[in-house]
Amino acid sequence: MSVQAWTYLIVGLTFALYIFIAIRSRAGSTGEFYVAGKGVSPLANGMATAADWMSAASFISMAGLISFMGRDGGVYLMGWTGGYVLLALLLAPYLRKFGRFTVPDFIGDRYYSSTARLVAVFCAIFISFTYVAGQMRGVGLVFSRFLEVPINVGVVIGMAIVFVYAILGGMKGITYTQVAQYCVLIFAFMVPAIFISIMLTGNVIPQLGLGSTVSGEGVHLLDKLDGLGKELGFAEYTAGGKAPIDVFCIAMALMVGTAGLPHVIVRFYTVKRVKDARMSAFWALLFIAILYTTAPAVAAFARTNLLSTVPGKSYSEMPEWFKKWEDTGLIAWVDKDRDGKIDYAPGKVFTQADKGNRSPIHKVGDDGEKVRVDGGQLVVENDLTLGPNELYIDRDIMVLANPEIARLPNWVIALVAAGGLAAALSTAAGLLLVISTAFAHDFVKKTLKPDLGEKGELVLARVGAAVAVLIAGWFGIKPPGFVGEVVAFAFGLAAASFFPAILMGVFSKRMNREGVVAGMIVGILFTASYIIYFQFILESENPKAHWWLGISPAGIGTLGMVLNFCVAWLVSRVTPPPPDYVQKMVDDIRLPQVD
Amino acid sequence: MSENSDAPPAAEEPPGPSSGLRFGAMSPEAYWRRNIVCVLALLTVWFLVSYGCGILWADKLDATRTPGGGIKLGFWFAQQGSIFVFVLLIAIYVVFMNRLDAKFTGGKS
Repeated sequence: MSVQAWTYLIVGLTFALYIFIAIRSRAGSTGEFYVAGKGVSPLANGMATAADWMSAASFISMAGLISFMGRDGGVYLMGWTGGYVLLALLLAPYLRKFGRFTVPDFIGDRYYSSTARLVAVFCAIFISFTYVAGQMRGVGLVFSRFLEVPINVGVVIGMAIVFVYAILGGMKGITYTQVAQYCVLIFAFMVPAIFISIMLTGNVIPQLGLGSTVSGEGVHLLDKLDGLGKELGFAEYTAGGKAPIDVFCIAMALMVGTAGLPHVIVRFYTVKRVKDARMSAFWALLFIAILYTTAPAVAAFARTNLLSTVPGKSYSEMPEWFKKWEDTGLIAWVDKDRDGKIDYAPGKVFTQADKGNRSPIHKVGDDGEKVRVDGGQLVVENDLTLGPNELYIDRDIMVLANPEIARLPNWVIALVAAGGLAAALSTAAGLLLVISTAFAHDFVKKTLKPDLGEKGELVLARVGAAVAVLIAGWFGIKPPGFVGEVVAFAFGLAAASFFPAILMGVFSKRMNREGVVAGMIVGILFTASYIIYFQFILESENPKAHWWLGISPAGIGTLGMVLNFCVAWLVSRVTPPPPDYVQKMVDDIRLPQVD
Repeated sequence: MSENSDAPPAAEEPPGPSSGLRFGAMSPEAYWRRNIVCVLALLTVWFLVSYGCGILWADKLDATRTPGGGIKLGFWFAQQGSIFVFVLLIAIYVVFMNRLDAKFTGGKS
């Protein structure tokens, strides 16, 4: 069977499964729609959280990102897992004990203030939309790469699927589809990884393959990789290059941001008891760790493969996968020095006049076909840099081309497509639910129309989810050029707003409404203006020279968080303490349930 | 590694009475204090492993290698080791808190 037939089959089967689960778990009440009736088992919730959390970026892009960054890439691995320690130890059990429906619920009730609630609603919606736009785009890309349908058709298909199960099932439907999606995505990620590990090192466990010797050579994989890179003029793969202060701040912003992301936090409302909230945090991190400890191995394997097959060779010597992915624009070669050899060196191939468009632009002939050089490679029309590098490689290829590099059967390639879709859809659904609940529950029911009945709220939540799907789809079809650039935004804002507000709500009885609102607003404004300034306003050849204290926009959420804490503390000291009933509530949140 | 030196709070707890009686149940203040101590101890390890071993001291640790010699230690902490420790930390926390809860509620949970 061809790759395409397999892809249609496997993707079709997984989609049918998701829809089936959604129909089986329709939500009948707001409790079921918002938090799955609080009856999810810790194991299932752990899987659902893992799928919720691991997005298209984790599945498709992260290993590639690491393989270009070397040791510094560890900042993403640590940053996106370390947050779960904070979540498990500092937030999840208490939020579950508090036991309402949403994050703005906690902020609004704990700080006895509808202003605080509204600030939280705004943050939740903004963070979630920033994130979901990327997921819908991811769905479209997977479709276009594997099934050769236009990206927009892919986005529409993805929207239709999420539409059905998010609107029918709410959190209940989403939870159980996410469990299925976790199984699909982890299987799809591990199968190629295991085979490549066997091929390269003879070790069945990719996590251990990273530290093994290369088959038949007696040299350790990472040493070989360091050596291969050095010959071409790259820095050592296993050495760090970035300033520690910046790495430190980025890791902190990612960890704290992870712990503050509303679509992750809300998953801990769905279990029965406080105990289960702790346990599901453990399962969640364990399930995430399976992928996250494999990713650095995949990164090193893929880079070793690349460096030992491509540089210095001619186009005709290239393996099949090189040509296939060249066609999709993920890889490109321009023979700058006309020596017929593919030269790979540090630095960019193309100049980036347009920040948004970094991929190769293929020259198309009069007959509508892409034009090829005599030797065979596609002709690209991008402006070239003066540097020696001739090879353009999209980081996504490190995961997407893995099955072909390992010469795995066609169904494995199809599986990777299904895995990427599972990762993107599960995250998108979780985010859409946050948007719909923030709108229906926190904004309309709690702020505008407190007398709204249960039925009316449920209808409104469904309408909210539907509208959110449509907006997300629109973002996917017409992505604002800055989507890739503003992911730092979501984490920075979560770090500078929700994390401190919830933490102080549990651990400081003295923290009051004035303090927390002031803290959140200062944190958000500071973080947002720093990122906006560097992303959109400053036009400089060397933006790094303008960073404060050497901190990049990706790490600035850390400072935003510190500012939030300081401002909140200062303001709360000069304003009245929270009323007695709120202090009692905090006492109650801290103690275990006696059932 | 340092997780061993900070982990003991879980083991140090005297084995309290776990019968159904409220006998020996602790005060809310004592419960909260122990919770805080446990969390602080675990977060100290969390910080030392990731920010310390994985970032600030990574270059120094790179002089040493993991057993088998395949991976430099700083690199390993940055890319795999800290994640394993994170999982372990949550596991310790779950066990510790479940025991503490049982003591507080007098075994009914």
